[in-house]
Order: sequence, then structure tokens, then C-alpha cells
Amino acid sequence: MSTPATRTLAPRLSAALAIFVVMAAVPPLALALDDPFLMVIASRMLVFAIAALSLDLILGYGAMVSFGHAAYLGIGAYAVALGARWGVTDLLAQILLGMGMSAAFATVTGAISLRTRGVYFIMITLAFAQMAYFFFVAQSSLGGDDGVALQARSTLLGLPLEGDQTLYYTILGALVAIYAGLYRLTLSRFGRVLKGTRENALRMQAIGYRPFRYQLVAYVIAACLCSVAGVLLANLTEYVSPAYMSWHRSGELIVMLVFGGIGTLTGAVAGALVAVGLEELLAVFSEHWRLGFGLILVLVVLFSPDGLTGLMRRLGLRAPGLRNDGEGRGDD
Amino acid sequence: MTDLLEVRDLRKNFGALAVTDGVDMRVAEGELHAVIGPNGAGKTTLIAQLSGQLAPDSGRVIYAGRDITRADMAARVEAGLARSFQITALLPGMTVLENVALAVQARSGSSFRFWRDAGSEEITNAQARMALDEVGLADRAGALASALSHGEQRQLELAVALATKPRLLLLDEPLAGTGGAEAERLIALMQRLKKRLTLVLIEHDMDAVFQLADRISVLVYGRIVASGPPAAVRADPAVRAAYLGEEEGA
Repeated sequence: MSTPATRTLAPRLSAALAIFVVMAAVPPLALALDDPFLMVIASRMLVFAIAALSLDLILGYGAMVSFGHAAYLGIGAYAVALGARWGVTDLLAQILLGMGMSAAFATVTGAISLRTRGVYFIMITLAFAQMAYFFFVAQSSLGGDDGVALQARSTLLGLPLEGDQTLYYTILGALVAIYAGLYRLTLSRFGRVLKGTRENALRMQAIGYRPFRYQLVAYVIAACLCSVAGVLLANLTEYVSPAYMSWHRSGELIVMLVFGGIGTLTGAVAGALVAVGLEELLAVFSEHWRLGFGLILVLVVLFSPDGLTGLMRRLGLRAPGLRNDGEGRGDD
Repeated sequence: MTDLLEVRDLRKNFGALAVTDGVDMRVAEGELHAVIGPNGAGKTTLIAQLSGQLAPDSGRVIYAGRDITRADMAARVEAGLARSFQITALLPGMTVLENVALAVQARSGSSFRFWRDAGSEEITNAQARMALDEVGLADRAGALASALSHGEQRQLELAVALATKPRLLLLDEPLAGTGGAEAERLIALMQRLKKRLTLVLIEHDMDAVFQLADRISVLVYGRIVASGPPAAVRADPAVRAAYLGEEEGA
């Protein structure tokens, strides 16, 4: 499984690369088609790919089913609004601010949530996210329930993030960097401990680990990365509202993972792309698009429980020459 | 010989049931100490308390001169007190080598390393392979743990426990569900291990126990009713009544 000298590019890595290359081609394509809306949709796809990636770290690799992950999307977005108010307009500074706030919230709520298991963990993460939601609803200086429009986008190293192309490639850059970082992390010592804990926490204790520490650190990392998506989302919509951290949003992030296949990273990216794409596509046909969305979700769960990743793997098995060694649930 | 492990008046109740009812026990450094007893005698509960998985209601566990009654599992493993599980507890979605390498990793440097590929750590892998070699599982290193046969999983259980480099190893029915050649291989392995480790062995296979043990403690309804060398235990009338007679009749 890990013989670095002879290892070729893992299938999931080449799939992710292919996605990134295709997405990099969207701006010129949108220009050629004179369809600016295409850029907007693609930008949303990328932002949610970051959010889904971060959730995959804890849900897919850590078996921590958080139903409150959108809280960090919202906290990231509010970091932009608060930053702008305090005169902090640089994107990187706002990202640091968002990460700082997310790390603080995640450390406290994670430490408490991780005392519970199973459905209680799901419920307690949901409850904490709702607390964050209502906290921002109550901030009338930040627009309360309605949210607040941004005066301008952030700046990056002094340059304004004007023009949809600049912002688009900034988001894509962030996505690629976060994917690469998480890919390394999942293969690292830390990643192994996280996966081992997912497989059997008692066994991990019996060989000398205290799983709580590793789970909490993963929880905080995931929160920080998700807040990056929030910062970018605020810049994309030039608007910040508590709706970004509603529990529907947390549910959508889980749906993205289910679509793509959990615990592979690439599946999270693919799932976000498909989910946002479907949402836009189905909305064209009917205002009741959620019905169609739900139907597709049911079909995915019934016929390909591992999502798109599982589907690709099975197709790969059938195609001669594309052998799948069947090891490591595709996370090798 | 000095005592490596000493258990004093250990008690654990589940509701009204006293599963561990005042257990006193001494395990000398270097011996293989078997704990036998009929089903429901509380053997696995005892192991759980010795390994730190379960906190006793009262009593003390002293290991290497230190009171470890309140120490958690990780601290005990760090001090050299490891265990294997009766019901195989492996990491099914990971390879055989990874299962063992994680045990090596736990005692060799920090696991808060986020970038370097853990699979390419030569030293960790080499030590993991040694443990696999020892149990005769080296040729299965690349297989998923879930793909192993039952006997191979029992071998892997032992390899993982050994990879923690224990001084005292608690073996909870290592032969459970194995037969013939598999069991013989595991017995031979325990013969080798007892030369360099202290072992506490819980086992139902009486032939194996009397073949391996230096001392035997007999646990019946949460109490040690007899403790001593195999010959003495075999002759003990209380043991015959409570346990061996029943076994021979079966």
C-alpha cells in the first residue's frame, strides 16, 4: 500500500488533479460563452468544496459526524464583516481572524462534544452551531437576522480582489492548497492515528494512545479550514448573514460528502461540485428542485453507498488495466 | 523473584453482582501466570481492570512498585503493561503492517506530525515487521486486517501487543476459536515469549495452560479459590470441585 519508490499517482489523486484542471479552465470558457453566471456557480462549487473537504477530515477520517460544521462557514464570513469594520481588509488577515475565532469556538465546543458518542455527538454539535447562529442573529449591529452587505471585497496583499476572475483563482488556489495539505495529513502519523481511532478507539487506547487529543486537534483543524471557505464565500456574495451557519447548511455539507463518498478527500470535492451543480440545474426546471435533489440522494445511498468515489472504483475494477488493489478503502 | 504485579482486594460490582469480589494476586517477574476459571468467573473483567479499561470500585493494582489503580490505559501501556483482546479488536480497514506500525509509532516519538508520510518510516516499519515475523505473519503484511483468517487475526492481536514492547503482557484467551496447527503455533510462540516477558494468561484450553504455566490462579465467582504451581492446583480439592471436575465431566 505504501511503497513510495514504486508508487504511481494514486487514483484519487489523479481524479482530484483532473477536477482542478477542469475547474481552472472555467473562467476562459465563461468568457468565451459570455456567460458570467457560469463563473458564479463554479466559484460557489469551489467554496463549498473547501467546506466539504474540511468536514471530510473529521467525518470521513475521524468518524466524528458533526451536524454543526456550517458554524465555521458563518464564523469565517463574519470575520470578513468584522474585519472590514475594524479596518482589516486583507484577505490573509481576515483568514487568520476567522481561523482564530473558529479555533477558539471549536476548542471549547469540541472538547465538550467529544465527551459524547454517536447520535449524541451529532446533536450536541448541532446545538452548538445553533448557539452560534442565534448569537449572530442577535447582533443588530451586524444586521441581525438580515445580515449585512459588504462595502467592498477584501484585498490580497494590497491588491483589491476585483473582477470575478481574480477571486475565482484565489478560491481555486485555496482549494488546491487545502486539498494538498489534507492529503499529506491523512498519510501522516497524525492521519494514521485519526484513522485508527475511526476503526477502533479501544484498540488505539490499548496500544498507548489517548484518542481524545487527536480527535480534538482534528476537530479544530477542520473548523479553521472551513472558516477559510466562509471568508471566501463572504467575498463571493459580498454579503454576510446568519443563514450561512444554519443547520440546513450543515446538513448540505454532509449531503455533499455522501454524494462524493466519505473519507477520500477527492470525494468531498466531487460531491460539492455535483451538489451545487445539481442545485442550480434542478432549480432551472422547477422551484421544487429539492424534491429531485432528494430523489437523487436516495438513489446514491441505495446504489452506491460510497458515493461517486465508490462508483469510480467499481468502474475502474471492470476496466482492464485499471486494477484496483482493493486496499485501504481508497485512501491510499 | 520480585513481584511485577500485585493486586490487592480488588472489587467490582455490576449492579448487585460482585464480578470481582476481593481478588488478591501476585505475579512474579518472569513467570507465566495463568488465570483459569469457569465461564462467568470474571476473568475478562479482571483483565479489563488490570489494563485500565475498567476502573475497580475498590482495591489496588500495583505494577513495578507503582500504584497504577487510577492510571489510564495509555499510561499503563507506556509503563510496559499491555494486553491482547479475547474478541479480536483490530483496525479492520488498515493493513496488517499498519496495525502493528501504529503500536510502534505510539512509543517512538510524537504522533502530532502532520506532513511526512508515515508509511515511509523505515524504522517504524522495520520494527513492525519484526513483530510480525515473531508471530509468523510477515508474509501477510500488505493484506487488510479484515481479510485475515480467524487464526491469523489471533496472531496479529499478539503481534500488535508485542509491538508495544511490553514488560508484562495480559493475554485474554489467545487461543479462542483456534484449533490444531494454529493453536500449536500460538502455544510455541508463548513458550518463546515467557523466556523474556512476564505473562498473565487467561485461557480455557487446559492442556495449554498446564503445559505453559509456572503458576495458576483459579478464579470462581470473582474470587481466587486457589493459587500455586500447576501440580498443586490440579490436586487442590476446592479446584476440582469448582472447576476441573466439571471440565473433566464435560
